[in-house]
Amino acid sequence: MAEIRCARRPTVSARRSIRGRKAINGIVTITAGSAALLGLVMLLWILYVVLRKGLAAINWSFFTSLPSPPGEAGGGIVNALVGTLIITAVATAMGVPVGMLAGTYLAEFGREGRFADLVRFVNNILIGAPSIVVGVFVYTLLVVPMGGFSGIAGAVALAIIMLPVVTRTTEDMLKLVPDSLRESALALGAPEYKMITQVAFRAAKGGLITGVMLAVARVSGETAPLLFTTLNSPYWSLALDKPMANLTVTIFNYAMSPYSDWQEKAWGASLLITTAVLALNLTARFLARERRPR
Amino acid sequence: MAVKLDSSSRVSMSNRDRANKWSANKPFKYLCAACCALVLALMVGLFVKLIANSTLSMRKLGLGFLTSAEWDPVMGKFGALSSIYGTLVSTAIALIIAVPMSIVIALFLVELAPKRLSSFFGTSIELLAAIPSIIYGMWGLFIFGPFMAEYIEPFLHRYFGFLPIFQGTPMPVGMLTAGVILALMVLPFTSSVMRDVLLMVPPVLKESAYGLGATTWEVTKDVSIRYGIRGIVGAVFLGLGRAIGETMAVTFVIGNEHKISASLFAPANSIASTLANEFTEADTSLYLSALVELGLILFLITAIFQAVAQTWLRYVVRGGRP
Repeated sequence: MAEIRCARRPTVSARRSIRGRKAINGIVTITAGSAALLGLVMLLWILYVVLRKGLAAINWSFFTSLPSPPGEAGGGIVNALVGTLIITAVATAMGVPVGMLAGTYLAEFGREGRFADLVRFVNNILIGAPSIVVGVFVYTLLVVPMGGFSGIAGAVALAIIMLPVVTRTTEDMLKLVPDSLRESALALGAPEYKMITQVAFRAAKGGLITGVMLAVARVSGETAPLLFTTLNSPYWSLALDKPMANLTVTIFNYAMSPYSDWQEKAWGASLLITTAVLALNLTARFLARERRPR
Repeated sequence: MAVKLDSSSRVSMSNRDRANKWSANKPFKYLCAACCALVLALMVGLFVKLIANSTLSMRKLGLGFLTSAEWDPVMGKFGALSSIYGTLVSTAIALIIAVPMSIVIALFLVELAPKRLSSFFGTSIELLAAIPSIIYGMWGLFIFGPFMAEYIEPFLHRYFGFLPIFQGTPMPVGMLTAGVILALMVLPFTSSVMRDVLLMVPPVLKESAYGLGATTWEVTKDVSIRYGIRGIVGAVFLGLGRAIGETMAVTFVIGNEHKISASLFAPANSIASTLANEFTEADTSLYLSALVELGLILFLITAIFQAVAQTWLRYVVRGGRP
């Protein structure tokens, strides 16, 4: 009882003995250290499992052949690998330019004003929108009218997820460019659009690239928005208007299947995705760090 | 000759620029504005499309959709209660674990660890956020779920079994496993915001507390956390929004059963996991419409949380402390 009362009155701690206070401080220090350590251990645990199980599944035919039926030896996921690259590339081509221009408006033309404020508000809500909801939206928007699942529908879903992310990072990065640079360009007679594209964009180049890379990293590991837009395919499929093989849905289907060789392939695909995403992230981080001292 | 050429070219440049001022400036601005408008259109489109495609289930099922837990597609019975319950409970478990943990992690990173160690730990924890959710799902299904059933759940059952939430047989997939994995996924976000909050505390405030003889924990508890309490609340909101819509990891480990059980060990489901599992199987228009309505509910919940969090954070910045 007494202990509970003590714990409920934080401000009386000064009345406690110095030894008691130091003991509590020590306990908290140890707890904090072990919590951080626990986070690190979890990360290493996940990476270790993905690496060990993934490496066991990866061989030459994993990258070169099409999926084989369960139970049959060999087979690979080359179609899913290519499919994911295509879908991500198309999504990037749609989402990044629009997001960058929207971010440019917010940073350069709409620093204040109701329209820009509203866009910022809505954009942040969109960033938080669950990716599966975007999948449902694209299903009703594209899959139903087109009469079937397609690679392009998945790419649109990923682009919708990218757009608000790119918009926000572009705005943030452009805002870091000092106004004196803009003023000097304008003073030399450069029109505004030239000032933005040739001075502000150039000054913020590193940050913009970092932002785009992080956005690509984020969507390339997305599964939920592809589940009922692109679906999956066991065949070689390059047509954007047909269901398309992709790594993440393949992982989902294979992992949930009862066949151990499919589950093994799912680990192999997991290793590919994890490596790609972490590599993109670390590179982006490295670029950001390079830029900071200037 | 050279000078003449040079000057003429310069003149032509500035002429072009002057011409461009009228020709390209406005179109560029309007193009940028149009992209902004697209962001707004997307939001409106999301709502319109989701509402339009769920009118059938809204009309047929009415409010019963929200209050019934019975989900039987074959009989045409759809009740969202177990999905909503699962979403809220798994999110609650995630936050109960992640919020205190991220406060102490932030404390460790800001106040206790040497700078090098701190940046190493910080980067590692942020990398946890980058790992795709499907990887968490794989790890949860094959590794962490069995670990929970083998060690953690029997432990909870033995020592806290008097609570109904820790009764029943330990199982690798279920609400608790899903909640713990969600906590792990939310942790990087909340702890990095909390770290920023602790870093924002003016050193002079902390120094004066240290000067009075306070210990590190007392300074954190009575000065830093009180100073940054609003930012911490914002971080909790962000984590909440994140956990509520998480799909793949939850789908792998929650068990996917349309049932409300008192025990946290039991399989359950969430809105996102129901959508992920059943959307492509929906064979009737009512089934599909009910699923879209689930999506609409999820979107509404996250949009409201985001809006509240944003308004809150803006209020903090504007009306906040100096």
